[in-house]
Amino acid sequence: MTHQQPILNTSPKVSDEIRKTTCYMCACRCGINVHMKDGKVAYIEGNRDHPVNKGVLCAKGSAGIMQVNAPSRLKAPMIRTGPRGSGQFKEISWDEALAIAVGWLEPVRHEAPEQLAFFTGRDQSQSFTSFWAQSFGTPNYAAHGGFCSVNMATAGIYTMGGAFWEFGQPDWEHTKLFMLFGVAEDHDSNPIKMGIGKIKKRGARVIGVNPIRSGYNAVADDWVGITPGTDGLFILSLIHVLMKAGKIDLDYLSRYTNAPVLINAEEGPEKGLFLRDGDGKMLVIDRNTGKLTPFDQPGVRPDLSAVHEKDGVTHRPVFHLMAERYLADEYAPEAIAEKCGIPAQRIRAIAGELARVAFDEAFELDVEWTDFRGEKHTKMVGRPVSMHSMRGVSAHANGFQTCRALHVLQILLGTVEVPGGFRFKPPYPKPVEAHPTPHCKSTPDTPLDGPHLGFVRGPEHLALKEDGSPARIDKAFTWENPMSAHGLMHMVISNAYAGDPYKIDTLFMYMANMSWNSSMNTKGVMEMLTGKDENGDYKIPHIIYSDAYSSEMVAFADLILPDTTYLERHDCISLLDRPICEADAAADAIRWPVIEPDRNVRGFQTVLIQLANRMKLPNFTNEDRTPKWRNYADYIVNHERKPGIGPLAGFRGENGDKEGRGEVNPEQLDKYIENGGFYVAHIPDGADYYKPWNTAYQDWAVGMGIYDSPQPYLFQLYVEPMRKFQLAAEGHGERQPPEHLRQRVKDVMDPLPIWYETDQQGNEGFTVNALTQRPMAMYHSWGTQNAWLRQLHGRNPLYVPTKLMRKHGLQDGDWAKVTSPHGEITVPVMEMAALNDNTVWTWNAIGKRKGAWALEKDAPEATKGFLLNHLIHELLPAKGDGMRWANSDPITGQAAWFDLKVKIEKAAAPEDLQESQPAFPAQESPVGTGPKELKWKVGK
Amino acid sequence: MTELPNSTDRKMGLVIDLDTCVGCHACVISCKGWNTENYGAPLSDQNPYGGDPSGTFLNRVHSYEVQPAEGHAQLIHFPKSCLHCEDAPCVTVCPTGASYKRAEDGIVLVNEDHCIGCGLCAWSCPYGARELDLAEGVMKKCTLCVDRIYNENLPEVDRIPSCVRTCPAGARHFGDLGDPDSDVSKLVAERGGMDLMPEMGTKPVNKYLPPRPKDQIEEQIDILAPLLAPVADEPQGFMGWLDKALDKLPGGAN
Amino acid sequence: MHPAPSVIIFTTLSGLGFGLLFFLGLGQPAVTGKVAFVFYAIAFGLACGGLLASTFHLGRPERAWRALTQWKTSWLSREGVCAVGALIVMGLYALGAVFMDSHWTLLGWIGAALSLATVFTTSMIYTQLKTIPRWNMELTPAMFLSFSLAGGALLAGAESVAPWLLAIAGAVQLAYWAKGDKALENSGTNLGTATGLGDRGAVRAFEPPHTGSNYLLREFVHVVGRKHAQKLRMIAFILGFALPLLLILTPVQGIVIKHVFAALAVLSHLAGIATSRWLFFAQAEHVVGLYYGKR
Repeated sequence: MTHQQPILNTSPKVSDEIRKTTCYMCACRCGINVHMKDGKVAYIEGNRDHPVNKGVLCAKGSAGIMQVNAPSRLKAPMIRTGPRGSGQFKEISWDEALAIAVGWLEPVRHEAPEQLAFFTGRDQSQSFTSFWAQSFGTPNYAAHGGFCSVNMATAGIYTMGGAFWEFGQPDWEHTKLFMLFGVAEDHDSNPIKMGIGKIKKRGARVIGVNPIRSGYNAVADDWVGITPGTDGLFILSLIHVLMKAGKIDLDYLSRYTNAPVLINAEEGPEKGLFLRDGDGKMLVIDRNTGKLTPFDQPGVRPDLSAVHEKDGVTHRPVFHLMAERYLADEYAPEAIAEKCGIPAQRIRAIAGELARVAFDEAFELDVEWTDFRGEKHTKMVGRPVSMHSMRGVSAHANGFQTCRALHVLQILLGTVEVPGGFRFKPPYPKPVEAHPTPHCKSTPDTPLDGPHLGFVRGPEHLALKEDGSPARIDKAFTWENPMSAHGLMHMVISNAYAGDPYKIDTLFMYMANMSWNSSMNTKGVMEMLTGKDENGDYKIPHIIYSDAYSSEMVAFADLILPDTTYLERHDCISLLDRPICEADAAADAIRWPVIEPDRNVRGFQTVLIQLANRMKLPNFTNEDRTPKWRNYADYIVNHERKPGIGPLAGFRGENGDKEGRGEVNPEQLDKYIENGGFYVAHIPDGADYYKPWNTAYQDWAVGMGIYDSPQPYLFQLYVEPMRKFQLAAEGHGERQPPEHLRQRVKDVMDPLPIWYETDQQGNEGFTVNALTQRPMAMYHSWGTQNAWLRQLHGRNPLYVPTKLMRKHGLQDGDWAKVTSPHGEITVPVMEMAALNDNTVWTWNAIGKRKGAWALEKDAPEATKGFLLNHLIHELLPAKGDGMRWANSDPITGQAAWFDLKVKIEKAAAPEDLQESQPAFPAQESPVGTGPKELKWKVGK
Repeated sequence: MTELPNSTDRKMGLVIDLDTCVGCHACVISCKGWNTENYGAPLSDQNPYGGDPSGTFLNRVHSYEVQPAEGHAQLIHFPKSCLHCEDAPCVTVCPTGASYKRAEDGIVLVNEDHCIGCGLCAWSCPYGARELDLAEGVMKKCTLCVDRIYNENLPEVDRIPSCVRTCPAGARHFGDLGDPDSDVSKLVAERGGMDLMPEMGTKPVNKYLPPRPKDQIEEQIDILAPLLAPVADEPQGFMGWLDKALDKLPGGAN
Repeated sequence: MHPAPSVIIFTTLSGLGFGLLFFLGLGQPAVTGKVAFVFYAIAFGLACGGLLASTFHLGRPERAWRALTQWKTSWLSREGVCAVGALIVMGLYALGAVFMDSHWTLLGWIGAALSLATVFTTSMIYTQLKTIPRWNMELTPAMFLSFSLAGGALLAGAESVAPWLLAIAGAVQLAYWAKGDKALENSGTNLGTATGLGDRGAVRAFEPPHTGSNYLLREFVHVVGRKHAQKLRMIAFILGFALPLLLILTPVQGIVIKHVFAALAVLSHLAGIATSRWLFFAQAEHVVGLYYGKR
């Protein structure tokens, strides 16, 4: 008998049609090809032409098909019928729903717009939602940045006009040493993986600094299992070693940073501020002439070394202060090794490798460019060291200064915006000066006086009322956290509940699972959401919530406005907002309904427009009282922020041939769809590095509408606005911090990066660090409802290092009681050897409440899964004076998730302990549960 | 027929780079998506929203900790699907002829119309590459996307398995391992590609590239330390060095 | 391996049934008429019942006939062919014995050979699997054959050989357990070779690919506690071999008691073999388990 085989059709039809749109399975915003069969979604793959993912797609993206069919999708608007938290609702019509919402919102707008708190979670339409809130007139608007990575973003903006992820990326083409700090494995998702793959192929080295050796750190060539919260100290030690060895880029520092800028040394209200000329320009000494001169004059060579003597006072440049501080022995590797949990020799080796690659492997690109002083350069010098960091470093109470230190380290090596280093993505670089300041003046029936969020330049920009009390419900931009550029969404509910700083009427939220994984002190938040006053009325009188899915938060709302899934909606990923640019191109994108909803749901942004139209909000209404836009798609095309500049930069102008600036083009969305759902405008050659100082880039950016005029600037090693807060704390100026915060402001608002131990008050006896990470295949809570993804991560053990496993007599599958000063959980454990010896961790947001997400009540997410959030409180334990300070960074208010310290012990695992503790009673599912079997095939 | 072909014209297969796989599961889900909609019966899921969700997957990513004699433990992500063995025991044990190895490219497939779901092929596979689909009652396995790699309805660039196309880190490579001049064969030669359980005698076509050595930086201190020699002993000395260094910069000294 | 009842029932009953057919084919006992009918009914009942049970674990039992086609390569197919052959040949032979009062000796011998071949091919389905070192031993066919012969002899009332065969089967059983316990270790396959990472250090399975269960885990990973297994082995050995031996060797008075003892011996043996077979599956470690850090 010979070998025989069946005849096979190896060219079956793949699909009827491919519709190209933008993924929303996480915040990464990759381009996707949605293969359609019989009008249904058959298969999703990455779009090869897309600037973000270039064809690849992560697990979440490919699982989008299971998100679009998820049984947890909300079906219709609902009004609460049972008590808050029960999950009992009745479906109503959109007309009723909108009327109810307007019935609550209208009086608030007429009387006290600040009584609306509008917070939008993981919103990707913040330029629109903030526009709506501004138009409504409430100062109480923000998205989720405050509990995510505001430290990284804000430190980046203040230091160099941008940070990581959406702000910039390593120069993957040229980098030879890539250093990752504490990255949670979700921002960026695909681009970082692609980059790591690309550079490893070249044999470039990857160093991972993270207490946990998983994901990107697992493939790192060298792993630094640092003690959580000590990254800043480690970085400053690297700076110490590099400076001491002279392995810093002096030329770069003198030309492009404020290292040569002179600091006023005269005692008084200006001490520590920059010396400036009459036009406010920073002064340096020109090494060519030895004279005092504005920094930006043609031919000036700012001197890093020379001092300026005047009236017996020696004004020294920033670089002197840095040398003085960082050369001190306290930053020597030997002095910090134990604290960081890294041997001194390893720190030195890493510093040595940074120096070797930055300087010995420096290279040149034969590209001419002209800097802002008018000097022509014939070459671009490459320093192939790049870095990336996000939430791991960010989410500590010393995170802002740590992030600053990281940015400063890159700048000292001269690796920012040079070939091989870290590169900004348009609209960044963008210095603080190009950003708005915060606005908080609310007046009945009037839009807010400006954008809510911004960057303070000094105490004068704090969001304080006349009496010095916070103007915002989340107390953003107050002395407690002056630079809280993203707001403090995690404080909204507790402040509203406490009526501190004032009471609100309506809490309006979008895509924010505040009653579960997006809050610290989850149980407390649930109690606050259901808490009643002495009259038996809810303390937060109205809660409106919009979500596409039956999340835990749904049960706590009074009115539900059901959103669509991401394949059923219009969206724009805008240059006005959080775009999808690459280092050598500006890019934006859309989502469009590749399928129509089969339920009575509407895109949230369209609902906001409909609400605005009913209330006739000023910016949404024409002079003849007719609405400006019918829906979000209408807004995306026809809204102009400034003449010629709208949400989308591509295909503008009557003929659709203008980019950046141009008249409204009614065909714009069709053009985007034709083009694969996105638009790319390439940065011209020669303009793609040295962007903050490169005249070619600056001119291009002006043409694109990114700036109104060129905005060259210096990197701020020394951040003057921080010094202004210190001056206030020292008693200068009108706005003064309250006494209990005076010393803290003085200490933490240091204009040069420092490291300080986070507040350990109340942590006595709690010695083990506890962290969370996001699995790459799950994005926050969104993956749980997904039939495919939840098979990957249906429960989460507590990963415990080998040493602690042995110490506590634990084995895989045992249960452990984990306590913090705030709470206690009992959870299953699993041993992990590739882990910092004194750190435990788990995957974030796998644990679910029974009844949510259309899962059955015995779902492992609800029985074995758990949240670490129960152990974390939004306030720190009481101080001696009885005050409880926020568990946040004192500079930005960033939630300090990763400062958590715990105690662990083996749980006696009683026979009846079937579930992780604490367990909560089941919510009623407003959408039922899913089918018992899936055989998903849409084609015949 | 369950006789193996004497030889195959080509040996198509995957090369998986354990040095770059970050364990993201992209390949797992992309595979699930493609193969649910394409070749044969959909990959079903039981209790997809219940207490014990379980489904058919043709590719799964394991993870292992390796504790070297000295130094830190390492974590290695480990994707695993059918290795399309040259000497595939799963084919010869099949009582019905449903399991077969293609003569033209060596791909091991199941003719689902002939499969009785006895499970013996899965028993004979050391790698756990075959899973019986509970809804359909037939054996499912990696097809190496045989309905993609020759598919004339796809652009040529996309005629690769869906797991390879989607892999963000570029840790998966597809090609003819029977051709010593192919990119994949060269990669295997360069990086010391290895077989899983070679002692089983299955002669897998798929190869794994081992992780590169890790945590070597401290051993390089002798090379690196000289770079870190302090420019001066005293802070004042640093300023002196600075002055001289600034003079040395291009256009620095006048 | 998952101890699927269908497969345990199948191998236990059909082993016994074909064992009996073997003896009947050899004319042991050379019964005819109604007595023959009872013997053949028992034999066919056991063999066919077993075969039928085996189809319960198929995903697509309606296509079971296809399993006869690949005798050239597949032991499972060969088993099917042998079983069908044995049943047809012994069926004809039985017709002769029951209705025509005749023993067609050559046919009987062929049937006996096919019956034994069926048991052997069944055993080879397991023996051939390198993936399960505990099965991948010469002792596996020895065990299946010796059990089948011992059981067949018991049922056939072959008093002279039954004790010997029982003793041999018991000895094979002990040897199988002793060798089987070391099989995985001796196979040289471990997580190090499974992952190719063994020369880098000690390999430990960390997170499983999915947190939920899957076909592989359900099918291949079954953990029997050591103590529990020892207890079951004791029971299997006593019921399967020791007690039947005792029962048939005990000199008793009277045909009724003798038959009662013989019946008890058969039942005890059956229970013992079923227990042994449960252990055969439940204790068998598939190397796939290594990938999951399990065995």
